[in-house]
Amino acid sequence: MSDLKKLKIDTMADFSARGEEPEILFWVGCAGSFDARAQKVSVAFVKILNEVGINFAILGNEESCTGDPARRAGNEFVFQMTALQNIETLNMYKVKKIVTACPHCFNTLKNEYPALGGNYDVIHHTQLLQELINDGRIKMKEGGVFKGKRITYHDSCYLGRVNGVYEAPRKVLEQLDSELVEMKRCKTNGLCCGAGGAQMFKEDEPGDKRINIERIEEAMEVNPDIVAVNCPFCLTMMTDGVKAKEKQEDVMVYDLAELIVQNNGI
Amino acid sequence: MIGQIAFILVLLITGGIAFKKYSTLRRNILLGKDEEISGDTGERIKNVVLIAFGQKKMFKRFIPALFHFFIYAAFMLTQIELIEIMIDGIFGTHRFFRNGLGGFYTFLISFIEILSVLALVATFIFLARRNLLKTPRLHMDEMSGWPKLDANLILIGELILVTCIFTMNGTDEVMHRNAGQGSYGFAISSGLGPAIFGGMSSGTLHVLERVGWWGHILMVFGFILYLPFSKHLHILLAFPNVFYSKLTSRGEMKNMPSIMNEVKSMMGLVEEDPNANQGEMEELPKFGANDIFDLSWKNILDAYTCTECGRCSSVCPANITGKKLSPRKIMMDVRDRAEEIGNNLDTNNLECVKEDKKEGTTKLTPDIYDDGKTLFDYISNEELHACTTCNACVEACPVTIDPLDIILQLRRHEILDLAAGPSDWTPMFTAIENGGAVWQMSDDRDKWTKE
Ligand code: SF4
Ligand code: SF4
Repeated sequence: MSDLKKLKIDTMADFSARGEEPEILFWVGCAGSFDARAQKVSVAFVKILNEVGINFAILGNEESCTGDPARRAGNEFVFQMTALQNIETLNMYKVKKIVTACPHCFNTLKNEYPALGGNYDVIHHTQLLQELINDGRIKMKEGGVFKGKRITYHDSCYLGRVNGVYEAPRKVLEQLDSELVEMKRCKTNGLCCGAGGAQMFKEDEPGDKRINIERIEEAMEVNPDIVAVNCPFCLTMMTDGVKAKEKQEDVMVYDLAELIVQNNGI
Repeated sequence: MIGQIAFILVLLITGGIAFKKYSTLRRNILLGKDEEISGDTGERIKNVVLIAFGQKKMFKRFIPALFHFFIYAAFMLTQIELIEIMIDGIFGTHRFFRNGLGGFYTFLISFIEILSVLALVATFIFLARRNLLKTPRLHMDEMSGWPKLDANLILIGELILVTCIFTMNGTDEVMHRNAGQGSYGFAISSGLGPAIFGGMSSGTLHVLERVGWWGHILMVFGFILYLPFSKHLHILLAFPNVFYSKLTSRGEMKNMPSIMNEVKSMMGLVEEDPNANQGEMEELPKFGANDIFDLSWKNILDAYTCTECGRCSSVCPANITGKKLSPRKIMMDVRDRAEEIGNNLDTNNLECVKEDKKEGTTKLTPDIYDDGKTLFDYISNEELHACTTCNACVEACPVTIDPLDIILQLRRHEILDLAAGPSDWTPMFTAIENGGAVWQMSDDRDKWTKE
């Protein structure tokens, strides 16, 4: 990733050393930090932030897992340990506003940290992207690479059903010069990709089918060129599904931030 | 006179049995832990109006919702007629409200009659759907045996009830006319009555009218007594259940302050209270839930409210892909287990007293209950482990039941108390604990910014 050199990514520690405060903290999450595919989403999102000139920071090595998978697996001890550690760090830096590209981090930071003493204004990156488009800070190029393409949007459970965010990502997609087609199960009825509740970290229980296969088959029914996602785990699951169906030549799976970067050639 | 005495007797007996049965039901629900119900009452009432009365969530599937609405509306309105039946029964009057209400009475009974016909149509359709069409969600494993019989029994009961209503109104219409008092003018029975019962003798008419009247009220009494054994309890419990449903975010799992505080003191985040935990160590705390006693009363109310409609399971990603998990079954299991414990308490089954309390104990109470079983005898680990916490079941339930909350409490018990759970998860836990990431990584967390 040679173009990383051009990116400006400071940590909270950098800001604090300069006696400054960023506008917003970008919470990268485990997947965004370590998963090769999700790292690309982190980079794409940072490119956009740089492009529009948002003064942001990451926590870098001071960030830990939010604890979502541990808590949902039932391990409250591990959850509390990592969550309280994070809250210590966030409160030390007096963080007020957080954006994250992972709906699981989003949910835990927003809905679960308050009970532990961490109160922040948390938004998901698709919400920020929509705001930036609304304010005219991101201007979508017309006739971009997606002209005439069919895009279907997969609602993640934790952004959609759990937090009720259905429209912001769709508004973003509508800005691309392409056709947004809905799957049969969408919005409140959207089908899970199969990764949540710590399923990502274990083998499936015995059954007839993997959940991501069920979902990708449904996506195929609307003949998409692109499956758009908002979650690094959905990204993995949907990509695996496409591979299992040997459709990787015809169908691409991208996060919304990547679509904007590609469209605008950032 | 004999009729009146008989009616009052039946009423008293029904009332007595019902009181006992519904008290037991209440006791069973309260076997659960206390749960604080917080939040805006106004919003709760709004939910009851929209979701319970208005059946808002049912209308996500329009056709079944419509037919269900016919039965529901007929049921609600018949309650008005029941008041009259009670008065007539006790005081030996006949159509007590008719004189006072006049034209409105004709309208009301006509309305009930029309709804009854719609309900009748709906009942036939539901019977066909359940027994001929094989709608998948009504034929999963957990629906064989009693649940299926229960569903059919009530539909057949509905048929008998509607037949009784029309026999009653139809014969009454004919007698009214024969007595030279003209037609009642009710929408359906004023035509249907003479058509069917027209030529009958006054004796036969009188008997049939009584059969219809008694049949109607006895079906209703029977229904009231039958409800506590049936999925149809939802017609009563849907209202409180929706009222008490949580208003906070779906995304928030209940915090466990005991663990939070312990971790805080481990991390040196709180001043150790020198007086705390001195002397007697309290009983080892129990985490999560493995039985009814650890769930909250709202969880148990959920279970008793479940209509066994299977909307939850039909959208559950695990269930759809052939895993064993079915959120409906979770709810049915919780109810069955609550019933089992309740029965042992009612029969004072001393076998179920905790081993170390057996001596000298003559009364079984919830706090010394131990029959060697738990909810895990009903719900397997395989089911629990298949859940993706996607909340589809929560979203789908027309009476705002939360199966996921129960699944997560059982998972907590499995991991925290039994130190069991899928072995695949152990590396994830260790990685978070030691490295702050879900995977064991040797790279720095910000490496992606540098390469
Ligand atoms: S939350 Fe769990 S039980 Fe409910 S629908 Fe999703 S996977 Fe099924
Ligand atoms: S939990 Fe709700 S959706 Fe599921 S079977 Fe019961 S009533 Fe139906």
